[in-house]
Amino acid sequence: MKEKPTVLYDVPGPRARRRNVLYTVLFVIAVAAIIWWVVDSLAAKNQLEGEKWDPFFTDSRVWTTYILPGLKNTVIAAALAMVIALPLGALFGIARLSDHRWVRAAAGTVVEFFRAIPVLILMLFANAAYSEFTDVSPENRPLYAVVTGLVLYNASVLAEVVRAGILALPSGQTDAAKAIGMRKGQTMTNVLLPQSVTAMLPALVSQLVVIVKDTALGGAMLGFSELLASVRPMSANYGANTIASFTIVAVVFVVLNFLLTSFASWLEGRLRRGKRTTGAVVGVEAVEELNRPGEHPTEPGDRP
Amino acid sequence: MFDFLQDYDILGAFWTTIQLTFWSAIGSLVWGTLLAAMRVSPVPLMRGFGTVYVNIVRNIPLTVIIVFTSLGLFQTLGVSLGAKDFTGINFRLAVLGLIAYTAAFVCEALRSGINTVPLGQVEAARAIGLNFTQTLRLVVLPQAFRSVVGPLTNVLIALTKNTTVAATIGVAEAALLMREMIENEAQLILISVIFAFGFICLTLPTGLFLNWVAKKVAVKR
Repeated sequence: MKEKPTVLYDVPGPRARRRNVLYTVLFVIAVAAIIWWVVDSLAAKNQLEGEKWDPFFTDSRVWTTYILPGLKNTVIAAALAMVIALPLGALFGIARLSDHRWVRAAAGTVVEFFRAIPVLILMLFANAAYSEFTDVSPENRPLYAVVTGLVLYNASVLAEVVRAGILALPSGQTDAAKAIGMRKGQTMTNVLLPQSVTAMLPALVSQLVVIVKDTALGGAMLGFSELLASVRPMSANYGANTIASFTIVAVVFVVLNFLLTSFASWLEGRLRRGKRTTGAVVGVEAVEELNRPGEHPTEPGDRP
Repeated sequence: MFDFLQDYDILGAFWTTIQLTFWSAIGSLVWGTLLAAMRVSPVPLMRGFGTVYVNIVRNIPLTVIIVFTSLGLFQTLGVSLGAKDFTGINFRLAVLGLIAYTAAFVCEALRSGINTVPLGQVEAARAIGLNFTQTLRLVVLPQAFRSVVGPLTNVLIALTKNTTVAATIGVAEAALLMREMIENEAQLILISVIFAFGFICLTLPTGLFLNWVAKKVAVKR
């Protein structure tokens, strides 16, 4: 493989190549030592026995009874949260771009409030609130609480995504809309919003990864029977195979989220190269920034 | 109405949250820097290891990692990290899980910082006769550190909020106390407002201050 020069080092010459081989050998030894230690301690606790791992490959009931229903609940909660949070987020995102100072301030306060609070706190609140103030049945309550907590947090993050998506559009779009006599509402619904939806698709898919990961909190704290919650009954029924169960559950999460991440990157690349769009895009990288309270990628008021 | 608050150690719970944040921040900074060094190193195998680690850990929910440290590492494999009592063991396990998870994000933040330094800067440094160490010390790292403050602020604030996940393995931090108080007292709104306010006090000023610093030190390009 031909090495590309980076900021930090040159293309290696003969001496550097010899040194790199030495580093490689040392690194392999270090990693091998760690792997040996892990395998050794797993074997010492009988976690590598075939009967603990076999069910996942030979017994389809493990999948149909525990893993797939858990995965289904994870996906349902994540999808519901996204579908409900998106319109709410759009509403607040647009409100933050309002011409009226008090609308901006009110929407800004709500968004900042929910971005600064951990999702778990919101879920715990939602769970208790449903049991105290509503007659949602106890079986449904964990799902309701998880989705509500996720919606409260993610609507505020998506508000920033929507706002960034609208601000990313070239200002010529607004100017053109004004020139043909559109009013503010028309400009927003007919010109800016449809284009910004395309621009922020990659960011939305990335946020979906954050949502999927946060559903696991419901399994651990609220008794929501999602993927992580399937570990305990699984290891109880298949001979205390805790390590094996955790490994399989982690692999399922990684595959699901990796597919979403790859899809987001593919979308982003497609949109950036696309000829039919304005080329404006809220990228995957921006999501992390938008999850942070107290800061915005672009200051409000840039746009009339 | 506020009498029941004296029965609970709210400040103590938030102090545990701060301690979790502090130790995890230190640990993930060290481990994340090592990972970042691997990801930009000239050795392909180290780069590969760094990439694989980051991509796997970023896609696993933190909750899975934290619960695994308790159910898997401690209860199954007997790893207790040198602590004697349950409180100490759970605290250390939670810090270990938070470090393993957060380091992946620290690594990405540092790497993006190094990548913001344009190749022309290094070429110019070489053209005036600086050697590798001088280039790194005088040109690349000063610029990389300055552009990394903002991304690292994100990670620190996300970490502060993520410490609540330690409640899943019984670390007596804010979220666990909140659940206990909600179950025992009929003051849901008041309790929620107190804990929400506590977290806003932790995250918002830190965010505003560090973002101000980030803007101050940012390299104008």
